[in-house]
Amino acid sequence: MKTDSPPSRRALRWREPSVLPGFIPSFGFVVVYLSLIVLIPLAALVARPWERGIGGFLRTVTDARVVAALQLSFTSALLAALVSALMGLVTAWVLTRYDFPLRSLLDAAIDLPFALPTAVAGIALATLYGAHGWIGGRIEPLGLKIAYAPAGVFVALLIVGLPFVVRSVQPVLADFEAEAEEAALTLGAHPGQIANRVILPALAPALLSGFSLAFARAVGEYGSVIFIAGNMPMRSEIAPLLIITKLEQFDYAGAAAIGLVMLVLSFGSLLVLNRLQLALSRRGV
Amino acid sequence: MAATPPVRRKPSFGALALILLAVSWIGVVILAPLALVFVEALRKGLATYPEALADPDCQAAIALTCQVALIAVPLNACFGLAAAWCVTRFEFVGKTLILSLIDLPFSMSPVISGLVWVLVFGANGWFGPQLDRFGISLVFNVSGIVLATLLVTFPFVARELIPLMQQQGAEEEAAAVTLGAGGFDVFFRVSLPKIAWALLYGVLLCNARAMGEFGAVSVISGHVRGLTNTVPLHVEVLYNDYNFAAAFAVASLLAGLALVTLAAKSLLERRFAMEHTPHG
Repeated sequence: MKTDSPPSRRALRWREPSVLPGFIPSFGFVVVYLSLIVLIPLAALVARPWERGIGGFLRTVTDARVVAALQLSFTSALLAALVSALMGLVTAWVLTRYDFPLRSLLDAAIDLPFALPTAVAGIALATLYGAHGWIGGRIEPLGLKIAYAPAGVFVALLIVGLPFVVRSVQPVLADFEAEAEEAALTLGAHPGQIANRVILPALAPALLSGFSLAFARAVGEYGSVIFIAGNMPMRSEIAPLLIITKLEQFDYAGAAAIGLVMLVLSFGSLLVLNRLQLALSRRGV
Repeated sequence: MAATPPVRRKPSFGALALILLAVSWIGVVILAPLALVFVEALRKGLATYPEALADPDCQAAIALTCQVALIAVPLNACFGLAAAWCVTRFEFVGKTLILSLIDLPFSMSPVISGLVWVLVFGANGWFGPQLDRFGISLVFNVSGIVLATLLVTFPFVARELIPLMQQQGAEEEAAAVTLGAGGFDVFFRVSLPKIAWALLYGVLLCNARAMGEFGAVSVISGHVRGLTNTVPLHVEVLYNDYNFAAAFAVASLLAGLALVTLAAKSLLERRFAMEHTPHG
């Protein structure tokens, strides 16, 4: 595709010449579409929280109920992503390394949360973990309350996180050369050492990326959570629900403020996780 | 991934324990809620379905959901094709920005995807009052639902096509152009056949998400029964009315759609793998 023009001339162009047709129409369509669908709406999210001044913004986001909701959303997302990372790693390992009955069916089932509408997952979880549910009915007599409690938020986010971790880790595990493992084994390493020194370093970037995706999705999750959470202010009310509450009171600035804080916090964490992932993949392999 | 044969090993005790752990995790986290949807839907027998479907509100919800998907999915498919062509076939300044914007909805709460449209077009929105003067309202009706759905689902087709077209490279297209083929010939006769399966899969995923979207639509629909309730919102209404049998019956239709999408995915992956194995 590249022409033989000298680099000094190419540096001045904003695009490299190509023999292929269709750059202007496709680029134009993409730019117009993204501007209308993404950029203008996002501009509103960035601009509108400040309508009552910086003071108004700070009052909204430091309100005890808002802080409690943000804390709940972010801590349960973090916990759920951590558990998903661990269990997702085990699941991906089992699915790639061992053969057992129904393996490919279970493998296909991993993608279900991508396709299952969140509201469907939500009402199913609320019933499953409710006082009369298959799981809730067995654990509530033991004093464990999941539905209509903060724990419900965490449980609902587990379904959201699992596929991200499994699908990030699986290709790496499948490609991972058994040779490296075998070499380590012949050199006298015991299985624990192999897991720690050989497999984990190679897996770490993919695992971290799966964790980040699971976390980012979980922070903003709404449908799977609201049915099981009980939505008690200060206790089991998630931040996205509070946005809806504010909108219902026509408090656009307040709703936008919470939305903006959520977005900034999750992009901030994703940025840190991305850096970490880059550092890991440079050190590993 | 689904088709890769696993490394066969003699199952040790540790391996069996790991398998059991993973299988129970998938069972509890994914399969139990899915099974529950169908069990609850059939609790009062098959009659629940005709009853739930005879409800005019339910029929209106199904019609609305199909209408929204029919508008949003083709638009997003066009966007996906244009974005993939533009990003994988040309080098230009701002490519990274386009790629990050395409990834954005994956890390944005669906509620925010609905909220932003209310901020722009709502009664107190940027353009809401002006449009209202002409009698146009874009939120709390079908157009609002379409806008929210577009924002949530626009990356799906693009995300399927970009990695594939990147990997395929542009040599064949370049050859066709050098041999004198026009733009449309290159696209329809060289590029499209190579990406047809991925495009179909992207469209299916986009459709599943468009029909099942809840958070974004919930913010912007206005919840007028029989008028602006999509199928997932109708499930919520039924559930909150303690009409559990009907709620799960309608939910099971959505779950069925998800299962069909997944089955089609496995099928397409197999077709795709067959076409791309050398000498096969």
